[in-house]
Formats: sequence, structure tokens, C-alpha cells
Amino acid sequence: MEAKTKDLWVFIETNEDGSPKKVGLELLNPGRDLATKQGGKLVGVVIGNNVAEAVEQAGIYGADQVIVVEGPEYQQFTTDAYVNALTYVTEKYAPTTVMIGATPNGRDLGPRFSSRLRTGLTADCTSLDIDEETGNVAWTRPAFGGNLMATIMCPDHRPQCGTVRPGVFKKPEAGENKAEVIREDYHVAPEDIRTCILETIEDAAGEMVDLEGADIIVSGGRGMGGPEGFNTTLKPLADLLGGVVGASRAAVDSGWIAHAHQVGQTGKTVGPKLYIACGISGAIQHVAGMSSSDCIVAINKDEDANIFNIADYGVVGDLYEVVPALTAEIKKLKEA
Amino acid sequence: MNILVCVKQVPDTTQIKIDPVKHTLIREGVPAILNPFDGYALEAAARLKDKNPDTKIVVVTMGPPQAVAVLKECVAIAADKGYLVTGRTFGGSDTLATSYILSHAIKKIEETEGAFDAIFCGKQAIDGDTAQVGPEIAEWLGLPQVTYGLECEAAEGGLKVQKEAENGKQIIGIKFPCLVTFTKPSFDPRYPTIKRKLAANRAKFEQLGDDFDPSMDVAHYGLKGSPTHVKKSFTPPVKQGGIKIKEETGAESAAKLAKILTDNGII
Repeated sequence: MEAKTKDLWVFIETNEDGSPKKVGLELLNPGRDLATKQGGKLVGVVIGNNVAEAVEQAGIYGADQVIVVEGPEYQQFTTDAYVNALTYVTEKYAPTTVMIGATPNGRDLGPRFSSRLRTGLTADCTSLDIDEETGNVAWTRPAFGGNLMATIMCPDHRPQCGTVRPGVFKKPEAGENKAEVIREDYHVAPEDIRTCILETIEDAAGEMVDLEGADIIVSGGRGMGGPEGFNTTLKPLADLLGGVVGASRAAVDSGWIAHAHQVGQTGKTVGPKLYIACGISGAIQHVAGMSSSDCIVAINKDEDANIFNIADYGVVGDLYEVVPALTAEIKKLKEA
Repeated sequence: MNILVCVKQVPDTTQIKIDPVKHTLIREGVPAILNPFDGYALEAAARLKDKNPDTKIVVVTMGPPQAVAVLKECVAIAADKGYLVTGRTFGGSDTLATSYILSHAIKKIEETEGAFDAIFCGKQAIDGDTAQVGPEIAEWLGLPQVTYGLECEAAEGGLKVQKEAENGKQIIGIKFPCLVTFTKPSFDPRYPTIKRKLAANRAKFEQLGDDFDPSMDVAHYGLKGSPTHVKKSFTPPVKQGGIKIKEETGAESAAKLAKILTDNGII
């Protein structure tokens, strides 16, 4: 399709309660920069049910305009309802760029949406820019398990689309909400939604771990040696710092901790202010999920462990000595 | 049940090394393997066949002639038949163009094998990591989709698919015909038996070449038919290791670390 505007759209994915997922707000940050360079508006697109909070937040975090498609059929994500709704508004307003958070739902929706419009999509981007020569978005993404980065452009098809990894960009500063809100009364008939959610099973522990939203993560790997240390050694430090406990795939596959805690290629991608890796060797698949952390601390007995190559601070030592001592020391410094 | 599994031959990315001088991928000597996620899709099909032996499993791959190796492997594991889509004009296709070719190949294969009830794909290939080709095939064919499947069972006129969701799992009901992509389940896929391996070595695989479907529009495939183009590729900057702390005791190291983190305002 032809773009009718120079606008840049950010899809603001919502939770079932109508609140926005963090990644949508994060994307308003690079979105602002790219929209300015493109010479268009920054538009948030909210699809969901009872989404007042998401609409408000999109405005607070910098959208010039918010397009809202609301209805009970959008309360839970289904491919058909969301693709139909997003395609409808995209065809109506014809933006030049569409960005979607690379969450599981975003990566289900993205390729279905872009292929319906017969346009290009770049998956799971970690860096965004405008190509000065052509004005196209230059989408940069990892491939080959993080061994290679590729910069991809979509020169002749519009909208140019990309999914962007959660946790890579920081939410913009909150400001005054000046967004114009446009409501689109678009509905999807039940027979056009061809999948049915029969059951939702929350994680076994019933414990929700917001790894992607955490500012501090204390993670354990194979060096933990068993399940106990996650609770007795890592959790006190995480609690003291107001953080959460993460894990490497080795620890999860050993059954020491639930998959919900896993950081890395087959787990979550995180970008906290501080990532403390305890007894983690630093396999490429793990590093791919946490290398964008602001500060990385590694604690490992093996001086040659890969993790030390990417750590800002590396402690060579037994985590079962270092971590409790670190917890005690920080407590002391905090009280002082 | 009639199931098609789409598979890809990929380099084993866990064995790829970076040339420390040229900062390029060293691809020589890296084994070509069946994309692991496609192996999970094949296993899901095999489990359906375990319960319903009338099930037929057909595999298709697109790639260079040597990609026939993964078809062989799939037949050794569980597939009944395999097709290779290969052609010079298909080279340089991005995900949209690849899914365009595959959707036409699927129509072509259905002329021989009958309509497929379900098309299974791996969630993503470990070389491109896009997770796009599955949903894009579903779009070209107008099929409903489930992504991130873990396992599935037959249900009235369709499937019940257990899938990975953000905070746990979901069970999704979907009617035939449909497309499901699979991620890593909690169980290991089966290995080939000797008997099946021998049979696979004798198996012949039909090829769909450049002109298998004259109705295909060259504007939709190959390098020129691809909306996205790789502008450049590079190896990620190697982050330099920072300060190493190795005091006499763990407690001393911890104290030093605590001071650094506090002094630098990190905590």
C-alpha cells in the first residue's frame, strides 16, 4: 500500500486488565526520535478491552495521537481479532512505519499483519535508526543466535514494519498528556476468530516473575549446584536490592527453578540496570538475553568463564561465600 | 490425518565461531543440521501418528540440493514422504517471498498427497531467528494459526494445542485446516531407528524446481520480489571485560564489590 502520512505507529499491547505492556511504552522512546526524523506524528495504537489506562499512558509517554480499537473480543489476544483490527486501522490511516513489541503475541501478530499487507517486517530488532540517504528505517537485529547483526531496510513497501525486543529501550520521561484520541468502532465477528482459548494455566509456582520489567536481576546458573541456593542465597540479595531472581537455561533444565525465571535465547530477554550473574558460565544463548543490561556483575569460581568477558565487574570466587557476604556488606552500607 | 511439516537445514549456530581478526562468521566446518524447532514440529506430528496410525506425515524443505539430507533425516525419524523445493530463482528470498513460494509448493504437493489437515512448522529457524515464515504461510493460505505450540492432541475436526504463553501455558482449540508452529517441549524428540534409517537411505524425494508452478508471480519471490533487503551485516562489538576482583577471601571480594557498586551509584 501507499503511505498517506509520514506517521510512525507504535502498537501498544495491552494486558487483559487493559493496562499497557511495558514494551509499548518503551517503543515510544525511539519512536519519538524516528518520527521526528521522518517528519510525521508519533501515534500509539491501542487494541484491547477497557483500555483507558493504556490510552492515558501512551499520551503521558509522548504519543501525539492515540488510535483506539476497543471491544470485548480484544480482551484476550487472538491472532484473527488483532490482525483484522490492526490491518483495518493501518489501511485507513496508512502510516509509513509500524513498530510492534517483540513479545510472544507481538511476534504472532507481526508477520501475519505484515504479510496481509504484502509488506516487509524485520523481527526482534535491538537497534533502530533512519538511513540518512533514503529516509528508510534501518532496522538492526541479531541472527545466528546472536553471533551476527544485520541491518535491514524495506525500501519500496509501506508500511515498513518491525518487531522490537522488550527491555532494549528505556521508557521515555513522563510528560503532560497532549495526545489526541481517535476511537475506531471496528469489531470482529465471533465466527471470524478461528481459535478458541480453552484453558489458561499459570506457571506452576503461581509466581509471576517480571524479569523484563525488573531494574535488578540476580541470576543463578549451573554453579548453583542445586535448587536450594536460589531461595537461601540469591533471593535475600534480590529482595534487599528490590530485584528479582533469574536463572540460566542450565539451572532451569536441571529442574532447580521454573522456566518463568529463565533469561536467554529460549527464555526472557532482559535489560535491567544491574544484572548479577552467579555461577553462570556465559554461554552465547544466555548472553544474548542479558547483554544489554546497564551493569553486569559476574561471580564465578572459574576465572576463564566466558561471562567475565562481558562483565563490568567480575568476582573470581565461590558464589556461596561471595553472595552472602555481599548481601551483608550492602545491608551494612545501607544502614550506615 | 494428513500432516505437512515444513523443515529447514541450518548451520549449527552453537558451533559458529567469530574470526577474531576479520570479525566475520567462520562457517567452514560448521555442521548442517535439521533446525531443532522443526524437529519439535515433526515430533508433534509423530505423536499424533502414534495415537492414530492412519496419519500421513509429509515433509517439505526449501533450499539447495544438499538440503535433501534433512528430508532423509525426517523420514528416518517419522515422516512418510518428503519434497524438496529448490531453484536458482528462489535464492535471495526474504521471509515474505519464501512463504509465497512455500504456499504455492504446498498447493502443488496437495495435488498428489491430498489436502493437508494441518501444517506444522518450527517456531523459528536458528539461523535467521525471525519466526515469520510459519505465520506468513498461514496468511498466504488463509489458515488459522497457533504459534509457540508445545504439544497437541486431536480433537473433533481439529486440534487442541498446548502453547507457551507469557505467564504460563494456554490450551487453544483450532479447527482443520490450520497451521501450528512449535517451540521446545519438555520432552526430547525421538531418535531414528536403524530400520527407519535404512529405509530413509533408499527413499526418493520429488523435487519442485524453478518452474513448478507457472502461475507464480516473479514480482513476489527471489531477491527482487522481497520487500526487505539486508543493508549490511556485522559481528556485534565484543564487550571488553571490565574490572576483575580477586581478593584473598570471598568476603573481602564481596566488600570490595559492594563499595564499587555503591560508590558508582549502581545500587
